[in-house]
Amino acid sequence: MESSAVTLEKNKKLPRSSSLWRQIARRFLQNKMSLIGLAFLIFIILFSFIGPFFSPYVNLGVDPTNINQSPSAQHWLGTDKLGRDVLTRLMLAGRISLLVGLGAMVMSVVIGGVLGIISGFYRGIVDQIIMRIADVLMTLPGLPLLFIMAAILSEWKVPTEYRIYIVMLMLSIVGWPGLARLVRSQILSLSERQFMQATEALGLRDTRKLFKHLLPNIIPLLIVSGTLSVGGAILSESTLSFFGLGVVPPDASWGNMITSANSLLDFQKRPWLWVPPGLAIFLTVISINLLGDGLRDAIDPNMRRR
Amino acid sequence: MTNEAPLIEVKNLKKYFGEKGGLFQRNVSVVKAVDDVSFQIHRGETFGLVGESGSGKSTIGKSILRLQSITEGEVLFDGKDVHKLSNAEMRNLRPKIQFIFQDPYSSLNPRIRVGDAIGEALLDHGLCEKHEVASKVKEVLEICGLSEYHMNRYPHEFSGGQRQRIGIARAIILQPEFIVADEPVSALDVSIQAQIINLFSKLQRDRNITFLFISHDLSVVEHLCSRIGVLYLGTMMELGSREQLYSNPLHPYTKALLSAVPIPDPTLKRERIILKGDIPNPANPPSGCKFHTRCPFATERCKVEVPEFKEVESGRFVACHLV
Ligand SMILES: Nc1ncnc2c1ncn2[C@@H]1O[C@H](COP(=O)(O)OP(=O)(O)O)[C@@H](O)[C@H]1O
Ligand code: SF4
Ligand SMILES: [Mg+2]
Repeated sequence: MESSAVTLEKNKKLPRSSSLWRQIARRFLQNKMSLIGLAFLIFIILFSFIGPFFSPYVNLGVDPTNINQSPSAQHWLGTDKLGRDVLTRLMLAGRISLLVGLGAMVMSVVIGGVLGIISGFYRGIVDQIIMRIADVLMTLPGLPLLFIMAAILSEWKVPTEYRIYIVMLMLSIVGWPGLARLVRSQILSLSERQFMQATEALGLRDTRKLFKHLLPNIIPLLIVSGTLSVGGAILSESTLSFFGLGVVPPDASWGNMITSANSLLDFQKRPWLWVPPGLAIFLTVISINLLGDGLRDAIDPNMRRR
Repeated sequence: MTNEAPLIEVKNLKKYFGEKGGLFQRNVSVVKAVDDVSFQIHRGETFGLVGESGSGKSTIGKSILRLQSITEGEVLFDGKDVHKLSNAEMRNLRPKIQFIFQDPYSSLNPRIRVGDAIGEALLDHGLCEKHEVASKVKEVLEICGLSEYHMNRYPHEFSGGQRQRIGIARAIILQPEFIVADEPVSALDVSIQAQIINLFSKLQRDRNITFLFISHDLSVVEHLCSRIGVLYLGTMMELGSREQLYSNPLHPYTKALLSAVPIPDPTLKRERIILKGDIPNPANPPSGCKFHTRCPFATERCKVEVPEFKEVESGRFVACHLV
């Protein structure tokens, strides 16, 4: 959007009005809650991706001599039943949970965005087919659907290193229909606007109508709903992994870390096993929602009322 | 009047809305937004189309430029039926026929800088080299009373009048032969209207553009148009030159419209006709002469018989039993 079709060298001196994005940034910075959310997310990202470099236990893995230790100076969050350092595992699990959430979001946004745009722009039979599929996927309750898909995939014995991509894909299958509907309705309402009729009167190509006129107008929507969907994806991934249907050991995710505390004894006597991953999920999801809400309010103060 | 073939020929144009009466919706009400309208626009002239809101003016304008489909009839541009062109032919024709929208606020994309909005069609149609676009944009901006200075700004930074200038610049940069201007001043402050009207006069003088100028305001049309058509509920009531219409309106509806226009010279007197009632529902227009429910001269015949749109003198048409 920055490259202006009509920029000559001599025009560099011309006043470029502050872009809409700068105004959005200004409004965003005034929102305390979403700044708190953003700060926590930055913390959790650094914690997960940089943290392990400072941990002496990353390559140690299983240590049978050191199982189920309570928190101490060596193991700040104790060790699990295989003697692994819980803090280190929490960081490594964070990498996977965040990546799965982000990956699922990107896939949902790409699939939902593209299909929504096609539906809204070309209408007709394509629109009908896409929207019927989306309807069906949306009518089926999300979690059971995920369980069924995951169960089928478990039957197929997918190698664990591909598991997280499969989980992303499953989550995006559940995630795209909502986005596609949103994008489609946005495209439909934009098409009613006079500036879209103007593109018709100017005889612009479809590609220009789509990429220069429609897309920039739905990017805010994609950013906001994309951000919010990361939280949902992390939550779903955790649930799946908790039940052993998502990310499976030896890969760690916050969800399957909670599983490892699945006996009553662990639950009552060894809270360091399940409280940290539980808190990590809870705080991350809340932060993402705060951030998403803040972005929404900053981008379009009217969106909330609609 | 020249003998040259007209640039635009509208023949028996009909546009009905909401007629997709399927099996279960046979009583869907049909709005005959444009009901059998015919007229011609000659090269270089400005044809005025007046009528109250809802009379079908915009629909005619959009039908001529094929911004919407039509129900029946023909629109010839330079002898070619616009609605029968292939998509590729239509795209090639687009730069030659332009539309200026009524609402300058919604006709510009809020996320596109003004310079790009004006220049993009040139690029998209390959009408000039990329490095020439900026100078062409500058040129039309200046013609339209803006400056190079405004190129990198967004629409929301402009006033209504300035935005309408941008809309005009966007149309004329393509050097069109024909422009439909759909009530281009009615959304603007009265003080701004005169400036935009002057811009249109300037374009008429300096560029050989044929205009269809749509307005509900007869005094605006008087300024700019050499021939004028008066529309009522989708039907043409009277058509003639400006002089014919303003000095001697023949149709009762034209008389009523004109009597509502204030006359600058108070010594001149016009017969004052106050219209009774409101515009009828277009989905259920009156029988016979569509104007009979409000016409002070209506007779029994008017309720049953549709008056013919007949030529009463050279180039002048009226649809009224009394004429
Ligand atoms: N897209 C549409 N769908 C249904 N009815 C329409 C549509 N566009 C216009 N109409 C109807 O057609 C009639 C003429 O509208 P329009 O051409 O916009 O009138 P004007 O421009 O003279 O105000 C009105 O009764 C209007 O309600
Ligand atoms: S035909 Fe009758 S109703 Fe219609 S304008 Fe003439 S006099 Fe009036
Ligand atoms: Mg109109």
